[in-house]
This record gives sequence, structure tokens and C-alpha cells, in this order.
Amino acid sequence: MISIKGLTKQFDEITAVEDLELEIRSGEVFGFLGPNGAGKTTTLRMLSALIEPSSGTAEVAGYRLGEDDQALRKNVGILTEAPGLYDRLSAERNLSFFAYLYDVEDVGARVERYLKLLGLWERRAEPAGTFSRGMRQKLAIARAMLHEPPVLFLDEPTTGLDPEASRLVREFIEGLKGEGRTIILNTHNLDEADRLCDRIGVLNTHLLAVDTPAALRRDVFGRKVVIHLAELLPEYEATISKFPFVDAVESIDARLVVTLDDPETQNPALVSALVNAGAQVQFVGEVRKSLEDVYLHLVSNGNTEAERGDET
Amino acid sequence: MNRIYQIVRKDWAEVFKNRFVLGTVAFLPLMAALLPLGILYFIGSSPDITDDLDEIPSSFMALCNNLTGQECMQYFLISQFILLFMIIPLAIPISIASYSIIGEKTTRTLEPLLATPISTVELLGGKSAAAIIPGVAATWIAYVILVIGAALMGMGPGVMDNLLDPFWLIAVFILGPLLALTGVSVAVMVSSRATDPRAAEQVSMLVFLPVLLIFFAQMGGLILIDARLVLLMVLALVVVDAVLLTAAVRLFQRESILTRWK
Repeated sequence: MISIKGLTKQFDEITAVEDLELEIRSGEVFGFLGPNGAGKTTTLRMLSALIEPSSGTAEVAGYRLGEDDQALRKNVGILTEAPGLYDRLSAERNLSFFAYLYDVEDVGARVERYLKLLGLWERRAEPAGTFSRGMRQKLAIARAMLHEPPVLFLDEPTTGLDPEASRLVREFIEGLKGEGRTIILNTHNLDEADRLCDRIGVLNTHLLAVDTPAALRRDVFGRKVVIHLAELLPEYEATISKFPFVDAVESIDARLVVTLDDPETQNPALVSALVNAGAQVQFVGEVRKSLEDVYLHLVSNGNTEAERGDET
Repeated sequence: MNRIYQIVRKDWAEVFKNRFVLGTVAFLPLMAALLPLGILYFIGSSPDITDDLDEIPSSFMALCNNLTGQECMQYFLISQFILLFMIIPLAIPISIASYSIIGEKTTRTLEPLLATPISTVELLGGKSAAAIIPGVAATWIAYVILVIGAALMGMGPGVMDNLLDPFWLIAVFILGPLLALTGVSVAVMVSSRATDPRAAEQVSMLVFLPVLLIFFAQMGGLILIDARLVLLMVLALVVVDAVLLTAAVRLFQRESILTRWK
């Protein structure tokens, strides 16, 4: 659905996005994570034909950037960083204006459908300027979806919203997952990305890593198992270390933390060996690294590598 | 065409809720119609006014061949107001265009708008039409009020003929729309770069300078605004507008407006 090849954007001396290579499948929810100024918004703007790439290209919903940008824009919806509503116009008028610009057929029915879907129908006649932040964001989401595009770009959809409004927006996006739409989500909210995205790309001008949230955790930190023992004797660590599939063992209080490739198949052998060595195994569990740990590790490593690159 | 129409509808719904813009649109034409009518009434009820005939520039006196002294004075004073009818189609479009373009920037509505399949020509066409139509309509309405008002006040055929002279008709119905286009082109150019609607409006107002120069030149007897001069202005504005319009479309860079606006 989206194929990005060497996409780069330079603003005078500043490189906002460099050599982005990415394939996003149809129906996938893809999240871009990255610090402020990492190039997330610039990437979405390039992919929605709002700004031109300095080099490289991309194909979005079957349209190549720069070839038929009007058709491309017709096939994408974008929720911009700021809702950008006409405050003096009613919610209904805000939507119908955009529906006409997107050549939507039967504007009235479509506007009604999305206002009802987002719970704004009762307040359709009120000016958007009187709406709460959450309602404004919902109205902006409705506007992005009004022409039912196959590709939807959401730039920080829950930033600045209270927990209740964030939850409503998140639930709405979750609801969209089943519709076969390709969704690209820019977010700072790692929990949101973890819950909503099929795959995540960590971006800091360059793409630092791309994979599913689970695979990112595994690839960055490996999988770790913690074995709680009644008493930790020094020989238990040696017992575990002799297994060739064990990458590392650490002793912490009465626990052994073991790094493995495939805990599901390797754990029974470990537990059995410990029991045979006289250990009393109380509990076995997996150490789960959060996506935040993965993100911070990738971004700080990416920065260090960039600094090294600058020095050389 | 439908997108241009939608932009016009939306801009009118938004802009006319702004009291400042609404005030400009309503006040200027009223002043342009009522001020000359008041003066006509004052002259009509003051027979001594003919004593001031020697104040009229000699170039103008030549046009008063068949008019009485009072009619000549009425004709002279009413002719000064033709410049008001050149200011209205400049001022109203500048005011509306400045607010509508910078308004899109300040309320961050420009990005979602540019993300639609609308082309730059459609967008600027819609914005320009939304600004030009009220300016031109206000000028025409003010002129009709002036003519009807003068007739109702019983002005003599000398004054009435002059008010319906081709010189007035060209000024109001051809020069007016051309001036409106000039105002909008300048406002689009300035608004594309400016960050504040008031600042954009003030900078755009520089376009009034040539009109004011003409006004003072006529008051000083240096020039006479007649059909020949109005036709020359029409021809000059056709060229100026073509240049300004091309420059306005070129200066309206979607990307720099989006990325440099904070």
C-alpha cells in the first residue's frame, strides 16, 4: 500500500528525514516513534503530498509522489498535529465543506454518518470553537475519514487530550483496524503505539529500527527469564551456564535471570537441571522490557552513533 | 468550479462573522453614497454657493458649458467622489483577503485544506472571488443608491446626465472590478508572507497610494479625471493585474507556507 524508497527531506542546512526505506502493507497499522524533530511530521507531510521530498520517492495507494498529487491526496486522509477547525462554523458545516472538496457523493448522509460515529451528532449545529479539546480532535478525525480513504495518516492523535478523551480516540482507532484501512500513526505515546500498531518504526531522521513491538523487544534486549529460588547457591549459576542455548546468566538476590532465544522450549530443561541440582524452584516468569526501554535504547544508541559519525 | 464555489461559501460564512470586516463592507459604500448626496442637498439649499465658482479649476470649468453655476458646482463636487468609488473596490477585497488567508494560517486550517485535492488555482480563485464579489457589489450598490438618491432629491438634468455619463459607468463597472483584482492580488502576495492579518492589511493598503495621488492631483487642478483618463487607467490595470496575479500565484508556495509558519 505504501512503498518508500530513499525518501529524504532537507530544509536549507537541516536534514529532517534521511534515506527512508520502508514498505507498509495494506490494512496494517504502522506507528512512527521518535523524539521531537525526528522527522515524523515531515514524513507524513511528504507521504500526503503536502511537501515535496528533496530526493527519493514513495508510492501511496497506487500513486507515486509528484506524478498525480491531486489523485494521491484524494486517496489519503490526514489528521494534522493541530485539529485546524473553522471555529466560527458549526461542526456540520466544517465537515460538509471538506466533503465537497473531496467530491464526496451525498454529502449530507456522509456527514451525518461520521458525526454520529464519533458521538457529535447532537452538537452538530454548534460552532467548533465552543467544543472541548477532545471533541475538536474527534471532529478532526471525522474530517480525515470523511472521504473514506484507503490510507489514513494520524499525527499525534491523542497529544494534549485528557485520559478519557485519549481513550475514546484510541478506541476509535482500534475500531478502524478491522476495516482494512492502512493507518500510519505518529505518536510519542509508547503505550498507545504498543497497543495499536502492528509494526513500529523508530525514527530519528534515519529509521533506526522497524518491526513488531514484540520483535523489537526481543531484538534489542533478547528474551529473559527470571527463576525465583528458595535459596540461591553459587553452583546453580554454573548448572545453568553449561547449556549451550543460554546466552547469559545473572544472579540477583534469590533469582537467576537467564537470557534465552526460545524460553517456551528451553525453560523445561533449565528447571529440570536446577531441580536435579537440589534447587527449590518457586516461580518462573519472563522479564518483559517495555517499549519505552526499547525506544530509549534505540534513540540514545542512534544519537551516539550519529555523534561518532560526526566526529569521524 | 464546485471547489471554488465551496471556498467562497465557506469564506463568506467565516469572514462576515468578523465585525471588523463586516464594518468595512457596510460602512464604505454607505459613506460613498450618502456623503455626496448630503453635499448635493447642502448645495441645493444654498444659492450663495455660486460665489465659490472661481475655486473650481479652469480645466473643469470647461466641462460646465451648458450648466448653471449651481449645477456646475454640484457636478464638480460630485466628481471628487468618483475616487471613493475607486477606493471601495480596493479596500473591501484587501480587508477580506487578508483575513481569510492569514486566518487559515493562524487557525491552522491551511494544512488540512491543502491536504485536500484542491489545486492552488482553485484555492486562490475561491479566495479571490470571495473577496472581489463583495467589494464590487458594494461599489455598484453604492453607485445605484447615489443615482437614485440624486434623482429623488430632484437634481437637474445637468447633474443627472453627468452621473450617468460613460465616464462614471466605466469607472464604476469596469475600473472597479479591475481595482478589486489589484487589491486581492496584492493581499494574496502580502498574506502569503505575513503572519498577522492587520499587518498584511496595512502593507496592502500601500496600493491606495496611486489612487490618492490622483485624488490630490485633481483637487489641485493638475489633472482632470475624465473619460480619457479612466480609459487609460483601465488599460494600465489590465496589464498590472495580469502581472500581479501571476506573481501572486507564484508567491503562494504551499510548502513554505506550511513549513515556515509557526
